[in-house]
Amino acid sequence: MTGAHLPALLEADNLSIAFGGVRAVRDVAIRVMPGELLGLIGPNGAGKTTLLRLLTGVLTPDTGRIGFAGRDVTRLSLHRRAQLGFVHTHQIVRPFRAMSLIDNVMLAAEPAMIHRPWRALLSVDARRARERALHWLARMGIADAADKPAHSVPLGYLKRLQVARALALQPRLLLLDEPLAGLNYTEAQTLADEIAALVDEGITIVLVEHNLAEITRIASRLLVLHNGAVLAEGEPAAVMERRDVRSAYLGTEATDHA
Amino acid sequence: MDYYISVATFAALNVTLALGLNLISGFCGQVSLGHAAFYGLGAYAAALLSVAGAPFVVSLAAGTLVAGLAGALVGIAALRVREDFLAIVTMGVGFIFLGVVRKQSWLGAEMGISNIPSPLDKYGYALLAVGIALAMLALSIHIRRSWMGRAFSAIAQDEDAARSLGVEVPGFKIAAFLIGTAAAGLAGGVYAHMTQLVVPDAFNFVQSITILAMVVVGGIGSSLGVVAGAILLTLMPELFRFINDYKLLVYGGLLLAVMRFSPEGLSGALGRLTATRRSR
Repeated sequence: MTGAHLPALLEADNLSIAFGGVRAVRDVAIRVMPGELLGLIGPNGAGKTTLLRLLTGVLTPDTGRIGFAGRDVTRLSLHRRAQLGFVHTHQIVRPFRAMSLIDNVMLAAEPAMIHRPWRALLSVDARRARERALHWLARMGIADAADKPAHSVPLGYLKRLQVARALALQPRLLLLDEPLAGLNYTEAQTLADEIAALVDEGITIVLVEHNLAEITRIASRLLVLHNGAVLAEGEPAAVMERRDVRSAYLGTEATDHA
Repeated sequence: MDYYISVATFAALNVTLALGLNLISGFCGQVSLGHAAFYGLGAYAAALLSVAGAPFVVSLAAGTLVAGLAGALVGIAALRVREDFLAIVTMGVGFIFLGVVRKQSWLGAEMGISNIPSPLDKYGYALLAVGIALAMLALSIHIRRSWMGRAFSAIAQDEDAARSLGVEVPGFKIAAFLIGTAAAGLAGGVYAHMTQLVVPDAFNFVQSITILAMVVVGGIGSSLGVVAGAILLTLMPELFRFINDYKLLVYGGLLLAVMRFSPEGLSGALGRLTATRRSR
């Protein structure tokens, strides 16, 4: 789908980090092409979360470099990366619980205000942000609860709120950390479809998921992590067929397919 | 009559102090246990300049500026530490301030600075203090409604989530400290001129805890609640003289009681009362 001649949107080389003696991520290289939906999978403890933290800037790598849209962001702080359009959602939903859903999204919908404190001090007008926020809430199908406080709505709404808030930032790259976790079969399928639809709108997505059925269905490419290193990479169905990938998941040296 | 005027003036100064701390701790969620140090910085800066011959307005402005800049520096330190650690850092700032002024002979050491020129009469100070308190209240209400208030509230609720939205967290924290401590500095300047005497003990840890108690009792985050808390805790020691001797005990107990029974303070308790009445 994506030509190799295009420059990558996100490009990380040689990423490593160790905690004490444990090398949680070892020499990982990752390239995300504009317009793709890259699935990042791996068994528990494979280093997915650590890799994600390195990419988003929660952790600083011991070695390696991270480039985003042609710029070195290896040492750039979390909020500065977000300001560049490199946006991520948290694995556990983290709404501002005391705020209404729309207030949650409004913050993201008016970047000029949340980037500049002194300008924010002088500005009270929130009509434009409200309109934009309502649009994103409607887009994620939760506009009916716009004025309810976030602590009062069910998990399914909060999962969607996370995505709406991330979309309101108008990201170039969206890193979603287990958006389907905790949802039932139908809910997961619908949300997965909506995530896949975002790619058509020009948003590049990296999706970390444990729901293998859904990620294999919607990803354009899969990257499998195992023991902190890249085990396999490529077209989803082909990757899932690989024996080493299966054995990594089963935790044994699998010798046959089911 | 003079007595009432002076109590009113002190109440107004306390309202300014408490609203400033509320901006830092209530709006932006950054604990501070050293607010009295900025009150003191403002007072000492104004006193020094005034004794050296500077006009009233200049000494007040200098007090505001010195305290605000020092507050911004503490804000920068606050970028590295959170919650309990920030509480300890700000408490340390208070003790460092006291430790320095107590030992410096050019600041009068334990004797402080006396014979500070006093250009206004009692009524003048009362009007000035009330005016400043009202301006601070207006500023607080405005900030709450502004985009700065929205960003503060996001940072107070979940700093990491705020960061991942691209909220310029460092800038907003520094701004909160700068505005809140500058207000304390201004109050300090007025205090210095009015009493014509500044001594280290007026700005000690007990004073910091008293300001915090005003904020918490009134209702952390609620501007009007904090005004009520500040006035109440100014009047209490006047009405019940014995409280003066047991200030730390009474305010500590009050803090505990509020946290236990009504974490949103007076404003929260009132809100609950009216809510139950409405639901009937």
